Amino acid sequence: MAYSDKVLDHYENPRNVGTLDKNDPHVGTGMVGAPACGDVMKLQIKVNDSGIIEDAKFKTYGCGSAIASSSLVTEWLKGKTLDQAAEIKNSAIAEELALPPVKIHCSVLAEDAIKAAVADLKSKQPA
Amino acid sequence: MSNQHIYLDNNSTTLLDSRVLESMLPFMQHQYGNPTSRHLFGRAARQALDQAREQVAEACGAHPSQVVFTSSGTEANNFAIHGMASNNENAKQIAVSAIEHPAVTRPAFALRENGYRVAVIAADHFGNTDPLSLEVALEKPTSLVSVMLANNETGVIQDIAKLAEIAKSRGALFHTDAVQALGKIPLDFSTLGVNAMTVSSHKINGPQGAGALILDKRVDIKPLLHGGGQEKGLRSGTENVAAIVGFGAACALIKDELASREKITSQLRDTLNMGLKDLGATIFGDKAMRLPNTSFFAFNEIEGETLVMALDRKGFAVASGSACSSDSTEPSHVLMAMGISPDLARGAIRVSFGTNNTTEQLNAFLTVLQSEVQRLRQLTAVAV
Amino acid sequence: MTVKTPIYLDYSATTPVDPRVAEKMIPYITEHFGNPASRSHPFGWTAEQAVEEARDEVAKLVNADPREIVWTSGATESNNLAIKGAANFYSGTKGKHIITVQTEHKAVIDTVRELERQGFTATYLAPEPNGLIDLEKFKAAIQPDTVLASVMFVNNEIGVIQDITAIGNICRENNIIFHVDAAQATGKVEIDLEKLPVDLMSFSAHKTYGPKGIGALYVRRKPRIRIEAQMHGGGHERGMRSGTLATHQIVGMGEAFRIARLEMKAENLEVRRLRDRLLAGLEEIDEVYVNGDMQHRVPHNLNISFNFVEGESLIMAVKDIAVSSGSACTSASLEPSYVLRALGRSDELAHSSIRFSIGRFTTEEDVDYTIALMKSKIGKLRELSPLWEMHLDGVDLSKVEWAAH
Repeated sequence: MAYSDKVLDHYENPRNVGTLDKNDPHVGTGMVGAPACGDVMKLQIKVNDSGIIEDAKFKTYGCGSAIASSSLVTEWLKGKTLDQAAEIKNSAIAEELALPPVKIHCSVLAEDAIKAAVADLKSKQPA
Repeated sequence: MSNQHIYLDNNSTTLLDSRVLESMLPFMQHQYGNPTSRHLFGRAARQALDQAREQVAEACGAHPSQVVFTSSGTEANNFAIHGMASNNENAKQIAVSAIEHPAVTRPAFALRENGYRVAVIAADHFGNTDPLSLEVALEKPTSLVSVMLANNETGVIQDIAKLAEIAKSRGALFHTDAVQALGKIPLDFSTLGVNAMTVSSHKINGPQGAGALILDKRVDIKPLLHGGGQEKGLRSGTENVAAIVGFGAACALIKDELASREKITSQLRDTLNMGLKDLGATIFGDKAMRLPNTSFFAFNEIEGETLVMALDRKGFAVASGSACSSDSTEPSHVLMAMGISPDLARGAIRVSFGTNNTTEQLNAFLTVLQSEVQRLRQLTAVAV
Repeated sequence: MTVKTPIYLDYSATTPVDPRVAEKMIPYITEHFGNPASRSHPFGWTAEQAVEEARDEVAKLVNADPREIVWTSGATESNNLAIKGAANFYSGTKGKHIITVQTEHKAVIDTVRELERQGFTATYLAPEPNGLIDLEKFKAAIQPDTVLASVMFVNNEIGVIQDITAIGNICRENNIIFHVDAAQATGKVEIDLEKLPVDLMSFSAHKTYGPKGIGALYVRRKPRIRIEAQMHGGGHERGMRSGTLATHQIVGMGEAFRIARLEMKAENLEVRRLRDRLLAGLEEIDEVYVNGDMQHRVPHNLNISFNFVEGESLIMAVKDIAVSSGSACTSASLEPSYVLRALGRSDELAHSSIRFSIGRFTTEEDVDYTIALMKSKIGKLRELSPLWEMHLDGVDLSKVEWAAH
């Protein structure tokens, strides 16, 4: 199968699997995709008081590329501000993991998950 | 069958090359995956198919993406004729040469049930398809023309480039059955000017059970077999991996050996022809460009079938025409098309050499042929 | 435990060639070569004799007359030949309606679709949730102009066995030609064509430990069934199918079917024992669903959905076993299995299905290894799965509104 070594690595040893308390005001949760489509991604980020993402966790129902995409972004997110996080593009994910064309949607889903998590967090915090 | 039997019928089928067999054996035994499966077993089979596709493409002067594997040359011909005939709704005629193999003429005539007309293109006395006859046929709107590259009986090589040019100028697609040409003369699909070309494995020291249609995929073609969508939807059915691997290996041998094969078989053939002339035989198509390995000839007043059986008893396998029509006692349709008299045509015998034939075998054959011809002539003389 | 991985559990996609079959085939591509249609010399005669012996063996396995067996390049060609050949031959007298089933192999479905393009009409019956056909629904689908029905004996994905006798009797009563795709049935279920009310039956060698590239079509002689040839040429196979016969492959099919006839009883007992062991082991995992009826089913097949686990990651997780996530012929696409969909399975369960198909060379160690592997990998993937987490939290996933993607 045409999986890159990086996809296989993330799939075999996924980083930051787990769950954060979604009711914590410092935690933003994004859940995207649908079981019927074959992918559901749940991404959670936790920011500290200076607005830096200090933790990220994921759970993904999906193919190896979807798991790898979400695992990869949890690594990338740590240490970033929310604005920096929102700038992560699917193309960068796809490039890093060398995703084949049929798997590009996995990276799109990961980008959507980040956006959803950031939006959730922002909605919790007073403007 | 005795091991001493000498095989001189290589246009019918050929001995499997031991190197080809070597390449196939793993796929007849422990490499059994279905190429469509995504696991390791399936991927190994898929890789083997990909390699064979490259090998076949190279031998045909084509791109690997132009190779559609089939179960035989007959299937490839049926696929081409049935699949391409309907490419033009306003052209309800297909044209085939008078010297085609039944695997082309029969599917063509079967299309009459679907409202198609079949035009038969005449051949000249030398065994060549007549370009003028094609031009006349093309005065009616024609969707497809099919003329074989080299004839299986006479070995005469047709001027396909010229015929294809004529067809193209009239908007007809062109198919050529190159089953007898592959492995005997250089083939280059990319410059031949045809839209589709049939090749077959068991005529080139490969196994039975594999053939291919080399196809310009810009052409509209309908599949013959529907199902799982293998061969990019053009030929459904689990691929015959072992046979296709063997076909590929046999094609790979052509690259290195074509020149020496041409030399070996043409020397045998030319020596045979000298002997035949001494015995007073008529050799058909010998004024035309021919395959290096084929000689098609007859002796006046000796029945071909009788001579074939007599030679067989002496240990030589030759043909009285194409294998597919040798059930019948009708004279060869190829010779009829060339205007040969039916009496002489009934005497026709085909010798087709392979690379494994030797000068010793040929000399033995000539000796036996001479004595059998003399014996049969005496019998005929007594009978008269 | 020492097993050689990957373990082959994909016998429904193709079977290994039995070494006895390979041994019998090889002389026919080395010593006894020859075109069986060449009548004029003994090279051809030996080949012809071998072809006829093989035809006898194929006929014997299914209790038919050898003259009723036509060689083809495989079950796909047999299905094409039977359906197009009979539909075209009888459409003038009977009509242009065809009945088949949504869970048929693509070689049947796509052939019927092609006939629809040529002016036929078709009914694609939905099976019951267990994969079997409701006979009353079959009867209800019959029209005055129904010319042909095509129903597979054993399904390739879920292994269920249709009631061919009952369906065939209904066809007889209504003067409908009945074709059966038996590619997955030979060597697994008893087939007695003297008794079965079947007119045309397709066979494949490579699903029964024979070589790829060879199959056969049974064409009944009494009462005589006629088909229009689909491949024209030298007039081989009494005009029904032209093209040079691959002697060694025919010999292989004959030997494979001979072995199947002699050994299937004992073999099926052992296969059933192993399949039941596999099922018992896998049922220890939570939230697994067997697809297809377990009673009317060949012992070789186990198709199971693992809920809350996505199919492709599952296949990736179990690369030490060679299994299929649906029919081999469709697994290149990301579509969930159309067979499981026809049973009414949700897309999620269809996506997370695995077909385990076992056979002659499967061992108890293979099965035990597979059970252990599945338990560990399903556990790992569920740990990763947000759906599993929601399920454990008591969330009803069917009530969740998923963000459209």
